[in-house]
Amino acid sequence: MTERKREVARRPDTAAIPTAWEYAPAPESREVVHLQDRYGLFIGGQFVEPLSNERYTTIDPAREAPLAEVAQAGKADVDRAVKAARAAYAESWSRIRPSERAKYLFRIARILQERSREFAVLESMNGGKPIRESRDVDLPLAAAHFFYYAGWADKLEYAFPHRTPRPLGVAGQIIPWNFPLLMLAWKIAPALAAGNTVVLKPAETTPLTALLFCDVVRQAELPPGVVNIVTGDGRTGAELVSHPDVNKIAFTGSTEVGKAIQKTLAGTGKRLTLELGGKAANIIFDDAPLDQAVEGIVNGIYFNQGHVCCAGSRLLVEESIYETVISKLKRRMQTLRIGDPLDKNTDVGAINSKQQLDKIGSLVQAGIDEGAEIYQPPCKLPERGYWFAPTVFTNVAQSYRIAQEEIFGPVLSVLTFRTPDEAIEKANNTPYGLSAGVWTEKGSRILAMAQRLRAGVVWANTYNRFDPASPFGGYKESGFGREGGRHGLEPYVLLDGA
Amino acid sequence: MSRLPVRKTYKLFIGGAFPRSESGRTYEAEGANVARGSRKDIRDAVRVARQAGAAWSGMTAYNRGQVLYRVAEMMEARRAELASLCTGGDEVERAIDRVVWYAGWADKFAQVVGSSNPVAGPYFNFTVPEPTGVTGILAPEPPLLGLVSRLAPVIVGGNTAVVIASEAHPLVAIELAECLATADVPAGVANVITGLRRELAPAIASHMDVVALDLTGADGDVAELERLGAENVKRIVRGKPDDESPYEIAAFLELKTVWHPIGM
Amino acid sequence: MATTPVLPGGFELPLEPRLPRLGSVDAVALEERAASLATRSIKRDSKVFALDLAIRVMDLTTLEGADTPGKVAALASKGIRPDPSDASVPSVAAICVYPNLVPYAVERTKGTNVKVAAVATAFPSGQSSMDVKLLETREVIDAGAHEVDMVINRGAFLSGRYAEVYDEIVRVKEVCAGRAHLKVILETGELGTYDNVRRASLLAIAGGADFIKTSTGKLASSATLPVQLCMLEVIRDVHEETGRVVGMKAAGGIRQAKQAIQFLVQVHETLGLAWLTPDRYRLGASTLLNDVLMQIHKEKTGRYQNPDYFTVD
Repeated sequence: MTERKREVARRPDTAAIPTAWEYAPAPESREVVHLQDRYGLFIGGQFVEPLSNERYTTIDPAREAPLAEVAQAGKADVDRAVKAARAAYAESWSRIRPSERAKYLFRIARILQERSREFAVLESMNGGKPIRESRDVDLPLAAAHFFYYAGWADKLEYAFPHRTPRPLGVAGQIIPWNFPLLMLAWKIAPALAAGNTVVLKPAETTPLTALLFCDVVRQAELPPGVVNIVTGDGRTGAELVSHPDVNKIAFTGSTEVGKAIQKTLAGTGKRLTLELGGKAANIIFDDAPLDQAVEGIVNGIYFNQGHVCCAGSRLLVEESIYETVISKLKRRMQTLRIGDPLDKNTDVGAINSKQQLDKIGSLVQAGIDEGAEIYQPPCKLPERGYWFAPTVFTNVAQSYRIAQEEIFGPVLSVLTFRTPDEAIEKANNTPYGLSAGVWTEKGSRILAMAQRLRAGVVWANTYNRFDPASPFGGYKESGFGREGGRHGLEPYVLLDGA
Repeated sequence: MSRLPVRKTYKLFIGGAFPRSESGRTYEAEGANVARGSRKDIRDAVRVARQAGAAWSGMTAYNRGQVLYRVAEMMEARRAELASLCTGGDEVERAIDRVVWYAGWADKFAQVVGSSNPVAGPYFNFTVPEPTGVTGILAPEPPLLGLVSRLAPVIVGGNTAVVIASEAHPLVAIELAECLATADVPAGVANVITGLRRELAPAIASHMDVVALDLTGADGDVAELERLGAENVKRIVRGKPDDESPYEIAAFLELKTVWHPIGM
Repeated sequence: MATTPVLPGGFELPLEPRLPRLGSVDAVALEERAASLATRSIKRDSKVFALDLAIRVMDLTTLEGADTPGKVAALASKGIRPDPSDASVPSVAAICVYPNLVPYAVERTKGTNVKVAAVATAFPSGQSSMDVKLLETREVIDAGAHEVDMVINRGAFLSGRYAEVYDEIVRVKEVCAGRAHLKVILETGELGTYDNVRRASLLAIAGGADFIKTSTGKLASSATLPVQLCMLEVIRDVHEETGRVVGMKAAGGIRQAKQAIQFLVQVHETLGLAWLTPDRYRLGASTLLNDVLMQIHKEKTGRYQNPDYFTVD
């Protein structure tokens, strides 16, 4: 071998143990999105100016930068939208064959699949969630919901044995800011499949993907007025709820507002479904597959920055494995990447609004004041924008506010238990009842826990799994009614007798 | 001067490809030389259908539904050609809509056919449908709508199929096969054999690796075919040629019931 | 007979905390975590770092019945200087050969930092007597190999004779101790479940493995991302609970630079920077090297490359 080769080969390994492996920024391009400066309301198949003449600016919470001006729909605007929905119901949507309704919905699903990247980027820009989630979770699920319910449109008689299902008419739908497009899909798909027309109000802080959806409606050539989008804050929602010509209200949001809606509708005969808050217990037994359980904990509370009604915000860990689990959890939290939602490597994005950030901050302070022990991994938070580091509280008592109230942020409260009975008691000891998680290798225990947990969704050895075929909804103050699956049709139909 | 058109050669559709009959024979139908399938072609088709079964039934129901919907997309794009080879545009439209109808059942029939069963003991008991396996289909008339009405419920349930096309009007079946080939349907899931009924029907009825036999389109002696099928206890199905129902899907499903104790 | 204590027949956990808890693995969750980590977007300088690292931790391998001294000479040449046109490309960590070829490998790598790893113990099947396996191990070390890649006795493992598996590892380690480091190949493709991969990893570590390795590369199914993740979690648990450092080698089926980077990302995010060194991590591969070189060229020139421009040795 040549001397030169030996020289080269003998060169000392200058990078023996690397001091760092920084992942270079990997931003998804914003160019795929074409934002208008201002948007109107989408009523009767076209964009119109708000009669209220009121507008507001919607922003990118990661940069605190304005994105577009949108309308604040007032009473007259809501009235106009409901009239358009009613006309479309009477004149077109209730008259076309169910198999044709199905084909419109299939078209919408396919268009969403085609424009998936555009929608995912916009969702992350307007809401703050990481692009990896909007790309890999929100968009595929939204398209899948439309595809799933498209198939039911002309098969309703099989969904309700011995009953003739008919549409209700006009549905008013109010959705939250945590999964803007996905919540839109969860509401619109079953409503349209069942033959209703809709007026939907997206959340105040996240109107943009709903407004872009109007372009999908246009491309699908959906008859005008079948889908109407009215943007605005809580006032717009209140107008929609109290409008006399709406047959049904579907609301996803806070328990507080849900109760107010239920009171408003009392005695009116209008149908109502509510999907409200939660304070889910994620229960880890000593025989759980530990590394995967820790992933489940992390996914349960830090996915979507904890802005998830069914988030596993209470960790109930069997006392015998407490130390091991906490040490693995803290170590895992240190590898979470918080930052630019449009960076493909970001795990935890921005908090949706200043208001929410303040709320999280105040509850976290309450936790500290009440005596819980706080841990946050070291992470560099960007200068501008709304950010909160992933947080875990240990030494938490059942009575602490952080164990009882929904924080809706990346904050986990840890409690321990000794026996399954104690775990169930603590898990059920809440006015909420949306979801729960169970981690154990023992099959019979999975089923026994599932049987006794008072929650509408029980995840065993997994967490935060959603599918259009799988019914979702809560017990107790987490709301009533189910979305997804065959059961998700029920809130949108009138079942005549045999 | 008029231009001489390039005529299509109509071959079999096996394993995602278009081979000629291994026998080298053809017969004349609709003004063309059509492949006259043999026992060995059936044998080859059943073999690939068996191999394709694991992947097809292993896909998510949502995926299968999307594949079937894409078959409809491809058929829509070929409306004119399909219409020229069957009774016309009306038959084609009904056939496309039928495929869309069945596509929509893929991720739903389990919710209608399956159940969780309240047994009298501390057990969680649930029943799930599963595909039966390789299914032989004798396509009924009309040549496109009849075929599609029997093929769609079979494959949406996760089964794979060997279809014996209409003897008198086989061309549209091969045209349909071109739609299947371009619709992301995995190779071997649906296979189409053209030829003489009297040769092909007994061959598929007696094949030991065909688990179910759809005789909806059988004309003539069904008894003999049923007798041949009894040798491996085939599921014999006589559906309605123009029906649209989840029960047509259920006819090709097995039901599996699972017990698991509930206890700490 | 082994001098280190043998585990009781049913492979029960000893009362003192010498081994971490056995634990079980949820396959679906493991595969999801591996898939999620595989979506990390590694670009520009972080990608160049990874490509460079991939070469520095590579065990460039030839394990064919048709291997000859000439083949090994060419391989060694390639491993020492992978890219003759670019002196900044580092040498590989080691070249890995069959016992008969060890002397030639040693000769060709003399005076360089490139190590010689030899497979032994009736690789790949392991279906020979203990005496034969130990003799083979001794021979490759005497011939100058720095590293020994042994296979576990899968027949014994799958029929539940864990103590026998353990014993074999201990005895091979005795032959190696002080002279060569020992990699223990689990042949994960034959083990059937992730639970078994975890058990076999713990067994190998208990027996004295310096490295645990996924596969022989002779089976269709070899190193996958979930399998590596499962093994890295064992290494992490052992380190957390006992302080002992065990290395990881992923081998078999890693042909593209993109895959190699995914394997490295997993190590980075599971075990941290300290494991991103040839002392603690190896990639066993042959065709991978050229793909890495093509990627390095692409990063430097901005153009997609053509395999004709990279030597096949």
